[in-house]
Amino acid sequence: MATTPNPPAVKQNRIGLSVIDYRGSKSTLCAGCGHNAISERIIDAFYDMGIEPEHVAKLSGIGCSSKSPAYFLSRAHSFNGVHGRMPAIATGAAVANHKMLYIGVSGDGDTASIGMGQFVHLMRRNLPMIYIIEDNGVYGLTKGQFSATADVGSTLKSGVVNELPAIDTCALAIELGATFVARSFSGDKKQLSALLKAAIAHNGTVLLDVISPCVTFNDHEGSTKSYKFMKDHEEPLHDINFVPAFEEIDVEYEEGTGVDISLHDGSKMHLTKLEEDFDPTNRIEALKRLGEARDKNEVLTGLFYLNANQPSFTDRLGLGDVALARLPQDVTRPGKAVLASIMEEYR
Amino acid sequence: MAFPMASIDVALNQGADSSQHREPVVNNFSIQVATVNGSGSQSANSVLLRTIFLMGVPVSGKNLFPSNIAGLPTWFTIRVSKQGYVARKRDSEILVAMNPESAAEDVNKLKAGSVVVFDEPLKLAALRDDVEFYSIPFDKLVAPVAPEPKLRKLLRNMVYVGVLAHLLKLEMPELEVAISKQFLGKKRATDINVAAARAGYEYAVANCQPTRFSVKRMNENVGKIIIDGNSAGALGALFGGVTVVPWYPITPSSSLIESLMDLLKEHRMDADGKATFAVVQAEDELAAIGMVLGASWAGARAMTATAGPGISLMSEFTGLGYYAEIPAVIWNVQRVGPSTGLPTRTAQGDLLSTAFLSHGDTKHPMLLPCSVTECFECGYKAFDIAERLQTPVFVLSDLDIGMNNWMSEEFKYPDAPLDRGKVLSKEDLDRLGSFQRYKDVDGDGIGWRTLPGTEHPNAAWFARGSGHNEKAQYSERPEDFVNNLDRLDHKWETARSVVPAPVLERTAKGAKVGLIAFGSSHWATLESVDELTQHGIATDYLRLKAYPFSAAVKEFVAAHERVYVIEQNRDAQMLQLIKMDVDAHDAAKLHSVLHYNGHPLEAQFVTESIVSQEAK
Repeated sequence: MATTPNPPAVKQNRIGLSVIDYRGSKSTLCAGCGHNAISERIIDAFYDMGIEPEHVAKLSGIGCSSKSPAYFLSRAHSFNGVHGRMPAIATGAAVANHKMLYIGVSGDGDTASIGMGQFVHLMRRNLPMIYIIEDNGVYGLTKGQFSATADVGSTLKSGVVNELPAIDTCALAIELGATFVARSFSGDKKQLSALLKAAIAHNGTVLLDVISPCVTFNDHEGSTKSYKFMKDHEEPLHDINFVPAFEEIDVEYEEGTGVDISLHDGSKMHLTKLEEDFDPTNRIEALKRLGEARDKNEVLTGLFYLNANQPSFTDRLGLGDVALARLPQDVTRPGKAVLASIMEEYR
Repeated sequence: MAFPMASIDVALNQGADSSQHREPVVNNFSIQVATVNGSGSQSANSVLLRTIFLMGVPVSGKNLFPSNIAGLPTWFTIRVSKQGYVARKRDSEILVAMNPESAAEDVNKLKAGSVVVFDEPLKLAALRDDVEFYSIPFDKLVAPVAPEPKLRKLLRNMVYVGVLAHLLKLEMPELEVAISKQFLGKKRATDINVAAARAGYEYAVANCQPTRFSVKRMNENVGKIIIDGNSAGALGALFGGVTVVPWYPITPSSSLIESLMDLLKEHRMDADGKATFAVVQAEDELAAIGMVLGASWAGARAMTATAGPGISLMSEFTGLGYYAEIPAVIWNVQRVGPSTGLPTRTAQGDLLSTAFLSHGDTKHPMLLPCSVTECFECGYKAFDIAERLQTPVFVLSDLDIGMNNWMSEEFKYPDAPLDRGKVLSKEDLDRLGSFQRYKDVDGDGIGWRTLPGTEHPNAAWFARGSGHNEKAQYSERPEDFVNNLDRLDHKWETARSVVPAPVLERTAKGAKVGLIAFGSSHWATLESVDELTQHGIATDYLRLKAYPFSAAVKEFVAAHERVYVIEQNRDAQMLQLIKMDVDAHDAAKLHSVLHYNGHPLEAQFVTESIVSQEAK
């Protein structure tokens, strides 16, 4: 009698989905583009956190980075907007349905140039969303012009030198009121994964600036956003360990080795000290440290600032449990008596 | 309705003999109040308007104000019309001159036989001998009423209301009711304003003869209300179930949203004290429309209100909304000119820029309310239309409708439930298995959509402005692009019967001349139909309520020898839109009456223009 061998069990997360349920369509970006690595980390983070993909909405502006929502979480709704205006779409959507999780992907051009006006207002609103800048210092789709995050002295392939100071989106975000501000590197798998999972757990604006080299237009000698430059100059503030709320903490850290932080949903982070003491709940210290890194030509990465207790924009609206988008007519259209009483006022 | 010949004489500037200057005139004149902007005359003028309204006499008010916080001249005109005409009248018979800067010019513009009430120190009486002057010592009269100098400045205005009450035979008890309404029954404010009005009234009784102009009680206003178009639009949105309102302040649309905010706070908190709405003040109009699209995509009824400059900034996003097929409701309360233009003056100058807003092939439905009643109706119907058609829909009001007070029948509660359009639920998807977002399964050019958060693995679709196929997947294939644009055009044909049809407002037997008007031009046009009849010109009048047009518009043009399109812009924008729809040989029948000086349209202007064109 022949026996049917059991197929190898497909690994599942805590809600019974496999990693394939979090994938997107095939990337059309260049092979080796940092953005593809970021998409992989996003897939893993949502899988590991056991988030229903149908409860996620993906948003983007215009540019190479903004194409990437097509390459992860196909089961999530997505809105590819206009250049630099993803924050407005995200704000409208998050207000209309505050029960979902929002992830926006932008680029350095989409955010720091054309989209600067909307970016700063998103940060100051503390809209609950994850805002990722896939930051390569260069415009890819229009073939290699500098963006506003290009560093002074960085060169284009043609040899043109950038003379204008870079906009530090992280320092700006902290200044403006974002409540979770971090920088990472698309090649730093462990750090980026930990930050993404913590970002999913956070209630408020997460600004995650990820240096993501452009292999076609900005990976040469003289670029400050190349793989090589990042390998030589990345300066992580700490090692990040993230423990989601649904897991038991099984590691005890020795006192004085770093900082423990609790997130809004009960998740924990342990930031293991590397070279110095750094307290990411201190806004002023974060801004000071970012300034120092800039002066020393370091690319500082890690969690710069976190405030887990600030109400988010949608918290401040005083909404109920049902999303505005799902309210039935008997809630949204007042009755005849209301109109009659208003008419009385105008007689 | 009988037409008053005397008024035509005035209108056509044919002069009048002096005996006419002594004849009594009842319920057929205009009052012009000239003040300094920021002096607080708005309350007094509203009280005057409401007093006449409460006496059952048809009345309308127009505020002609500058773009300024304080200091520049401002005029408020009130028309009293037993015939029920509510458009602006060219001449005013009663002038209240409170502003030293404009007083002499205002007096010199009056027709012989008019009346001037003026502030004593202005010493205007020597300017003319063919008008009647009433010199009133406002400062002396207001001093005993108001102990605080700050209040006196405001209350001087209520004194002229009292003076006019005697001069025009207004009923004092109704005036007191109007004051109480104006100050929402607050006792202290009501008392002191009543005292100021009485001071003026008693002074006038003791010192002045009533004028030959008077208001006499009628019974025309039973059940009616007085409201401005912006408040009416806000009310409509409230009953349209609006939930998300992103906006950026801009004259003359701001009061629409501010009024809506008050209504929502009052009427849209649930039993647990939770808000069933969200108002977001955006950083600019680009963000406001982006938020509307984000919220509508998520399934909310979202709207914003703006004016011309904001419309320009919404251009790119509007194209995305058209192409990704996201509902949106955008109020364009029109004003004059680009940039700052004349932000406090009225126009119908954004028709072409709104109809084709954005780049590539785009076109958008426009609703054209002519009255406060229709502002109310558009307030909720615009959502039904936007969600049914899955596209941005514009409501083109203007400053005249939006910010002036109009009489109206009371608003009727919407008779149909909300139409949320074609939306597939999880249960629908369980049954269907899957769907294609941009496939025309019903033959009307409109696909089915799902909302973010629908708990089905096949619910998600990718909203994008880039080329896409029926499954909403990225595509640069020529046939996919053509297919999509053609389907959008087919949807446009569907829209012709979804938006409100035009109304044949007036017909005359055998009329060879047709009139087409819309929006705030309607009221002057209605009056002009009567004036033209007096000139022996019989007309049919078709009022447009929306764009795209139904076949009725092209049939109307075909059925007349000459058709005058009456509009408030320089470039005959509505005529151009009509021209695109009519048969080629009918295009030459279209003629224009164009008014673009920033003031509300008056019947006399329309009549003179058509009489002179018909004479050629």
